Amino acid sequence: MKKDNSRRSFLKNISIATFSTLALSGCDMKEIDKFLQKNFRLLTKKEKDSIVKSMDAEYKEKYGKEFHISDKAALEGTLFGYALDLSRCIGCRRCVYACVKENNQSRDPQIQWIQVLQMEKEKGIDFAHSDVHYNPEEVPEKGHFYVPIACQQCRNPQCVAVCPVKATWQEPDGIVVVDYNWCIGCRYCMAACPYGARHFNWGVPEVPVEEINPEMHYLGNRLRTKGVVEKCTFCIQRTREGKYPSCVEICPVGARKFGNLLDPESEVRYILENKRILVLKEELNTQPKFYYFFGI
Amino acid sequence: MNFFRFLKGSFAIIFKGNKTYYLWLAFLFLLILWGGLGYTGQLRDGLIRSHMRDSVSWAFYIGNFTFLVGVAAAAVMLVIPAYIYNWKPIKEIVIFGELLAVCAVIMCISFIVVDIGNPLRFWHMLPIVGTMNFPSSLLGWDFFVLSSYFLVNAVVVTYLLYCVFYKKEYNKKFVLPLVLFSIPLAVGIHTVTAFLYNALPARVFWNSALLAPRFLASAFCSGPAILLILFQILRKTTKFEIKDEAIWRIAELMVYAMFIYLYFTVAELFKEFYSGTEHILYWKYLLFGIGEDKQIVLFSWGSIIMGFIAFVLFLIPKTRKNFVTLNIGAVLIYASVYVEKGIALIIPGFTPDVLGQIYVYTPSWTEIRTAVMIFSLGSLLFTLLAKIAIAIIFDSYNIDSLRKK
Repeated sequence: MKKDNSRRSFLKNISIATFSTLALSGCDMKEIDKFLQKNFRLLTKKEKDSIVKSMDAEYKEKYGKEFHISDKAALEGTLFGYALDLSRCIGCRRCVYACVKENNQSRDPQIQWIQVLQMEKEKGIDFAHSDVHYNPEEVPEKGHFYVPIACQQCRNPQCVAVCPVKATWQEPDGIVVVDYNWCIGCRYCMAACPYGARHFNWGVPEVPVEEINPEMHYLGNRLRTKGVVEKCTFCIQRTREGKYPSCVEICPVGARKFGNLLDPESEVRYILENKRILVLKEELNTQPKFYYFFGI
Repeated sequence: MNFFRFLKGSFAIIFKGNKTYYLWLAFLFLLILWGGLGYTGQLRDGLIRSHMRDSVSWAFYIGNFTFLVGVAAAAVMLVIPAYIYNWKPIKEIVIFGELLAVCAVIMCISFIVVDIGNPLRFWHMLPIVGTMNFPSSLLGWDFFVLSSYFLVNAVVVTYLLYCVFYKKEYNKKFVLPLVLFSIPLAVGIHTVTAFLYNALPARVFWNSALLAPRFLASAFCSGPAILLILFQILRKTTKFEIKDEAIWRIAELMVYAMFIYLYFTVAELFKEFYSGTEHILYWKYLLFGIGEDKQIVLFSWGSIIMGFIAFVLFLIPKTRKNFVTLNIGAVLIYASVYVEKGIALIIPGFTPDVLGQIYVYTPSWTEIRTAVMIFSLGSLLFTLLAKIAIAIIFDSYNIDSLRKK
C-alpha cells in the first residue's frame, strides 16, 4: 500500500509542477480559461458576450485603440448569396486588397482570401491553364478574362464534413465560419476544399497596428493566431449589419453583387432569374451559393 | 503489486547491456537531439519552417504518418500466416510483431502532433471533453481505430510478457480473441487511413477505389521487410528460433503482395493514361514533371526502381533463398514504400492545386530533422521494449532473478 501512496503523491507533484511551470511562464488564469474555453457553438449567449467583452479589453490594452467585437447571430430569414459578372471583371485585384484590409489578413506572411485567376479566352474556364501570378502593366490583357475565387459558401460544404473537431460549420444564414479558438490546425479542410478557399496561418500573422480594422466579428475578421485556418465569411461583420461585403463596395466595374437569396426582390435573385449562371466545379455536388454569370 | 514489480524488473533490465547496445543508444540519443533542435524551431515559429504552403497543405509529415500506419498494420497481419502455416515460434512472432505495432502507432500519433498547428488543442478531438466530429470526419475515425489498435496490442504484449516473467501459463481464452481481433483492426487502421484521402472529391489523384487496396498491398511489402531483418538479428544474437523455411515463406508472401501492388498500379495507370482526361495531370507531375518543375520525378522513379529490383530479387527463388540478396531486397522494398508513401502519394494530390497552380514542394530541413527525431524516438522505444522482451523470453529473466538480489 505504501507504494500506492507514493504513486499518488507522484501524480500530485507532477500536477503541481506542471501548474507552477504554467504560472511561471506568464500564463495567468485568463490564459488557462482561454485554453479550456468550449467550442463556440456550445457556449451560452451570456458566455459569448463575456468572451467578446474581455477580448475588446484585451485588444485595447495591447493595441491602444477602441475595438468593437460583435458576436451577432444570423438574422431570421436570410440566406446570403453572391453573384459575380465574369464579363465585367477586369482582373484589377482591388477586391483582393480591400478584403485583406477589411478582414485583417496577415500582411507578412501574406494571406489573401480572394484569388484572381487569369484565363485564356480561347480555353474558357480551365484551371490547368490559368495563372494566379499574372503581372502585366495594365489589365485586362488581350485574349484573357478573369475569375476571382474565394469561398463559394457551399450548401454542401466538404470542409465542414471533414473537420475532426467541429471547429467549422455553416451558420443559419449560410455563411461557413471557423472558431479560431477551437481549430487544431490539422488542415483537413484545406485538403477537402475544391476551391482553395481556406488559408492557414503558417507563421505568426502580422498586421500593422494602424491598419487593424477595429470593427470585428468573433467568427470573422478578429485577429487570428499562428496555426489556425481562416477563410472568407462574406464579411460577416458587415453583412449581418446590413452592409455589403467590402469586395462588393470596392469593385470599380460593378461586377460583384450580393444579397439575400430568400428575398425575391434582391439583386441576386434578379440575376438568377434573368441571367444565365454557372457555379464552379458543379460536378462535385458542393452546391455553391456563389454564382458566376455573364452580364453583357 | 505484482504488476509493479514486473515494471520495476523491466525497467532494471534496460540498463544492462554490452558496448554495442550502449553505442546504439548513444547514437539514437544524438539523432534525437539533432532532430529535436530542428523541431524547436518549428515550435517557436510555427509550420512556416516547413515547406508546406496553402497550395500543398499536407506533405512529408502526413506521408510519414501514412507509411507508419502501414508498418503498424502489417506487423500484426503477419500473425495470419504464422498461424496458418503453424510456424513454431508463433508466440514470439506475435510478441515482436505487436511491439513493433505499438511503437509504430506511437510514431504515427507523433507525426500527427507535429503536423497540426495547435498541438495543445489535441483534446478538442476527444469525445465528451471535446467535440469529436464522429462519424462524419474520417480523421475522427482514424483516431478511434488507431487508439483501439494501440490498446489491444499494448495489452496483449504486456500480458504475455507479464505471464512469462512470473512463469505462469497465459490464459488462452483471453489472449487468442484479442490477437484475432487485432487482425481485422490492423486492416481497419490502414483502410481508414486510405479513406482519409480517398473520398475527397476535390482531390482527383486520390479519388480512386484502388487506393485502399493499394495501401494494404504496399504495407504488406514494407512491414514484413522490417520483421524479416529483425528475425534474422534475433536468431543470431538470442535463443530465438525460426526456421529458414519460415523466413522464406514471409519473403514469398511479400512477392505476392508486391505483385498485387504492381498489378493495381498498372491498372490505375492504364485507366488514367488511356482515358487521358485532364485528371492525368497529377500522374504526369509525379512521373515526368510539368514544364520546368521536375523536382519530384527523382523521388518517384527512385521508388519505382528500388521496388522493381526488390520484386525481381524476391521473385527468383535463388536470390530469395540467398540471405544477402534477400536482405538487400528487404531494404530496397522498405525504402521504396517509404518514398512512395512519404512523397509520391501525398504531393501529387496537391500538385497542381485545386485551382491549377503549381507550387513545387520538397521537404525542408526542419521537416527532415523532425522526422529523424520521431524515427529515432520510435527506434529507441522499440530497442528498449525489445530488450525487455528478449531478456524475459530468451534469457529467462524472471521474478526469481529479481528476488536473488
